[in-house]
Amino acid sequence: MVRDVDVRSIEDGVARMCMETNVLAPDDLIKALKKGMAEEEPGTAREIFRVLLENLEVARNENLPICQDTGMTVVFLDVGQDVHLAGGDVSEAVNEGVRRGYRQGYLRKSVVADPLRRMNTGDNTPAVIHFSVVPGDKVRVTVVPKGFGSENMSAIRMLKPTEGYEGIKRFVIDTIKNAGANPCPPIVVGIGVGGTFEKAALMSKEALTRPLGKPSGDENTRRMENDLLKEINKLGIGPQGLGGRVTALSVAVNTYPTHIAGLPVALNICCHVYRHASIEI
Amino acid sequence: MKTESCKVIRLTAPLAESAARELRAGDRVEITGTIYTARDTAHKMIVEALDRGEDIPIDLKGAVIYYAGPAPTPPGKVIGSVGPTTSGRMDAFTPRLIRLGLRGMIGKGERSREVVDAMVRYGAVYFAAVGGAGALLAQRVRKADVIGYDDLGPEAIRKLEVERFPAIVAIDTQGNNLYHDRRK
Ligand code: SF4
Repeated sequence: MVRDVDVRSIEDGVARMCMETNVLAPDDLIKALKKGMAEEEPGTAREIFRVLLENLEVARNENLPICQDTGMTVVFLDVGQDVHLAGGDVSEAVNEGVRRGYRQGYLRKSVVADPLRRMNTGDNTPAVIHFSVVPGDKVRVTVVPKGFGSENMSAIRMLKPTEGYEGIKRFVIDTIKNAGANPCPPIVVGIGVGGTFEKAALMSKEALTRPLGKPSGDENTRRMENDLLKEINKLGIGPQGLGGRVTALSVAVNTYPTHIAGLPVALNICCHVYRHASIEI
Repeated sequence: MKTESCKVIRLTAPLAESAARELRAGDRVEITGTIYTARDTAHKMIVEALDRGEDIPIDLKGAVIYYAGPAPTPPGKVIGSVGPTTSGRMDAFTPRLIRLGLRGMIGKGERSREVVDAMVRYGAVYFAAVGGAGALLAQRVRKADVIGYDDLGPEAIRKLEVERFPAIVAIDTQGNNLYHDRRK
């Protein structure tokens, strides 16, 4: 049986999620910031956590975006193979949702039409859309507005297979050390290990849709996540790069089989404004 | 380590050289007065205008520039969320502006050697505002007007009247650098 899904319901969902996720901090984030604040000594680091928590409250009460960089909009569409998308072009529907959400929500339009000529498109479109076809007759829509302070500090490296976990760790630590204060720490770290060049990058982005602090389902990966978080927080970069115990709130790793000759690893940094929202239609 | 109870220094913008020279990395400040927003493209356009010998939208004498591009202003509000952007992207343009009188910068993240050298030489100070606290910082803006490069949208130059705008001295006029000091 094929089920019809009207693309306008996707458009509506995208518009609503753009507005909500930029303004209303999810519970997982509030919890993580409170935990981080408790871990810091009294002083600048703890004060910054207090400011961040207060900012979330002001955003909610004043209906203002948590951060003025409301990002380039990344949308994941997991379309059930028994779904027929009806009523128009689905990519256009997503972009129309972004357009509406960013206009009605008074969100910043941060997208330029051409990477070199740099004229603002004026409506934050186009979104970056990742489609996948999955079993079932539902459509899952996930919206991730991605700020570029943190996106700019992300990196990918094609390691040699023999470099193993130590190589991954070195790459992760170097990248975050080099990022310093720029990605607005405390950060959330998404990592993709394996696959090909682009698969690793995509997995690192997908890792940033996971609820904060939710560990991987795989035991080895979980161990890697815990160890990397510990190592990152030893760097002492701290909130806003001004020193402290909590540089990262969480590390999420996704893995995939890879080629005998390679060990791709991609690291996508997200700031403490950890925005993500999903609906199922 | 500064503590929550540590005293907050009140500053007025435009900023006098003597006031700037008294500040030390780690000081918490609150800025009241007139500041200007400018980021990537606005900096490029200012420097290009200077090259052509044309006027620029900002009076640089004692000026404080805030590296920020606000979210749109919702009805009934003074300004949308307005937190700092990464200052390093402006480094290439900054020494020249400091030479011409720029006294303070508000942003986030480290600055280049050349910027710090110019700061020391001419007595300019670099403040860090809390990145990602845009909604909170918007509450400290009393008035906002676009005064240059209108067509740049969020990147246009704005004149802001701020009241008790909170920041931390990240790099002072002696070159003391909180980003270096605080790292183990
Ligand atoms: S990195 Fe995040 S918190 Fe910092 S300015 Fe960008 S979106 Fe805002």
